[in-house]
Amino acid sequence: MRHIALASVAAALALPAAASDADLKALREEIAQMKKTYESRIESLEKRLVGAESAADKAGEQARAAQSAAAAAPARGTAAAGGFNPEVSLILQGQYRRMKEVPERSITGYWPAGGHDHGGDERGFTLDHSELVVSANVNPYFRGLLNVALKGGEAEVEEAYFQTLGLGKGFTLKGGRFLSGIGYINEQHPHAWDFADAPLMMKALFGEHYGQDGLQLKWVAPTDLFMEFGAEIGRGAGFPGTDRNKNSAGASALFAHVGGDVGRSHAWRAGLSWLTTRAREREAHFEDTDAAGPNEVEGLFTGRSRTVVADFVWKWAPDGNPKQRNLKLQAEVFRRTEHGNLDCASDVVTSPCVGGLGLGNLRSAQTGGYTQAVWQFMPRWRVGYRYDWLNAGSKRYDPATVFVALDPANAYFTSYRPKRHSLMADWSQDEFSRLRLQFARDKSMQGVTDNQVTLQYIMSLGAHGAHKF
Amino acid sequence: MKRLLVLALWLLALPAQAALEVFATGPEWAALAKEIGGERVNAWSATHGLQDVHRIEARPSLIARARRADLVIATGAELEVGWLPVVLRESGNAAIQPGKTGYFEAAAHVRMLDVPKTVDRIHGDVHAAGNPHFVADARVYLKIGEALASRLSTLDAANAGAYQAGYRAFAGKWRAALARWEAQAKPLRGVPVAVQHDAFVYLEDWLGLKRVATLEPKPGVEPGAAYLQEVLARLAAQPARMVLRPAYQHDASSRWIAERSKLPVVTLPLTVGGTAEAKDLYTLFDDTLARLLAALNP
Repeated sequence: MRHIALASVAAALALPAAASDADLKALREEIAQMKKTYESRIESLEKRLVGAESAADKAGEQARAAQSAAAAAPARGTAAAGGFNPEVSLILQGQYRRMKEVPERSITGYWPAGGHDHGGDERGFTLDHSELVVSANVNPYFRGLLNVALKGGEAEVEEAYFQTLGLGKGFTLKGGRFLSGIGYINEQHPHAWDFADAPLMMKALFGEHYGQDGLQLKWVAPTDLFMEFGAEIGRGAGFPGTDRNKNSAGASALFAHVGGDVGRSHAWRAGLSWLTTRAREREAHFEDTDAAGPNEVEGLFTGRSRTVVADFVWKWAPDGNPKQRNLKLQAEVFRRTEHGNLDCASDVVTSPCVGGLGLGNLRSAQTGGYTQAVWQFMPRWRVGYRYDWLNAGSKRYDPATVFVALDPANAYFTSYRPKRHSLMADWSQDEFSRLRLQFARDKSMQGVTDNQVTLQYIMSLGAHGAHKF
Repeated sequence: MKRLLVLALWLLALPAQAALEVFATGPEWAALAKEIGGERVNAWSATHGLQDVHRIEARPSLIARARRADLVIATGAELEVGWLPVVLRESGNAAIQPGKTGYFEAAAHVRMLDVPKTVDRIHGDVHAAGNPHFVADARVYLKIGEALASRLSTLDAANAGAYQAGYRAFAGKWRAALARWEAQAKPLRGVPVAVQHDAFVYLEDWLGLKRVATLEPKPGVEPGAAYLQEVLARLAAQPARMVLRPAYQHDASSRWIAERSKLPVVTLPLTVGGTAEAKDLYTLFDDTLARLLAALNP
């Protein structure tokens, strides 16, 4: 713009100087005037240009925000999440934990479940299992899911099952490895828990949760009241059973759930479940009565184990909207009875258990449970309290036989009642991220009061992952 | 004795008048099914007008209902993604699984807006299929209704004629209503508005409202005080005439803005039962327009 103006001025100056001085003066004045107006015009044009540029930016932003209907490609087809694309989600979890150093943590009075455990025994900064979940409809009749837990160079298949979609009449068949439908919390993966660790009851019963390698058949009744009945048969390799390498089923379970709404703001579910399995030479560490000093020997249980679990959940959300405020009450109780034989074994020559020793009949009946309340008092923020208790229950054996080989001071034989109080507060930006602080006063081991502090994060990437009630 | 006899007769009569059991995810779909199917459908909505359909739980009562349903009518576009897949799977009802005749998704019959080019949660809770709040545009009910009538006809072939007639009657009344609403809405064209949540994209598109601000920094993300200050500053530079709020959402952020900007907050029903006046599909839009116009001319 400026170039054109200058060029025209130059052209005007280059005109043949045939005019008089007065004319020349007038011309000069005119040119000076022109120059002035052009400059001011250019200045205003520049200002307008800058204004237009920023306006265009804003308009662009708005256009992106509200894409016009014409530009938007129509997205067609049903079931955006299914189709041929599997739903993939990845859950990242880790924690910092401050607690007492106790070698070989186990719950006093209970046969140690060992085996499956999502950490919780490590102090300081730890990485929890990272869960990778892939699921998709196989075809119109089946759906498949894989849940792999990764930790420290190990990949453990938590769940890998198919589920029918087309059986109809309320029936669903599941096959493969899956979390058993017994109780309430058993089917939840750790990222869905309301506390940083599993209830003591679950640790004592199953190590953490009970998984089946087998089949589950479920039926939902055609009634207004939700009623669901299920039966499972499986390998039964998990605690309290052991892998027994046989052709028939190693464990079976039955469960029933009922549930419904009370008004617009309340919903509940209650259940009763039963699990039976067998153990062969299930191991636990005991101290023997060797006169030369106690040795650590293997206690071995062979027999039947039956567990009954009753569960209850009540949720409150004003007008059915849990986003702002909600309350969740949850409780489960159990009774486990075991009946079989106790043996002990050791390699130490001076041990009474050397080469294996039968200690006669062992019968036990133990009960316990937990109850918890989690309250979301404002968006994103929740607080919760959980109380865990276990009863030593009754154990019937012949002391004259058992205490010849095993020290009566062994934790298993005491009548201690483990307890734990947990308080937690968590913050969730949305359903994909959660940060949690938890204090627990853990008295699950006789003679130890362990005040634990846990700081935990749970991040979910990918598919929305709808959770069960 | 007499009562027993009546009961027995009623039980005998049951199979004869067995209506199609419709499980609708929102009251608008239950209402639409009723408009088309009349007495031939027994429509039940999983949510009510003041519930956020995106944020409910897969409650046992919903599974029990889905178990007996002949048809599920869902909005789709991932609006019900947090609970419906679980409800359908747990119900053990083969007829209503996605892909089956008993599963109807309204989004498949709508021209979607706000379809993101990339789906990254850095942008908040975005939906790959587009903005799922299309029921705010009254025009969508015609196409969806037509598709629903043909679905009902497939499911209940014996009454196909009745469903088609039901749709024609509805479409006639609806077109007349649309003309009335659009005439009423003329003064709203070009009116600048602020919205609490991007639930009105289709309403803006239909009535020509101009959105100048959204109170949520990202879809589904509650704004903090700092962000609301920013919105307030933006509204000072680019004034709006009103703040639109979905009836099901908590009003904290729109109230905050309204107190400081002196703008009227318009609570819109978005579905049947969202406000006391929105009793059916017709009064839903009557009320929507009445509320918008009242804010324009106080």
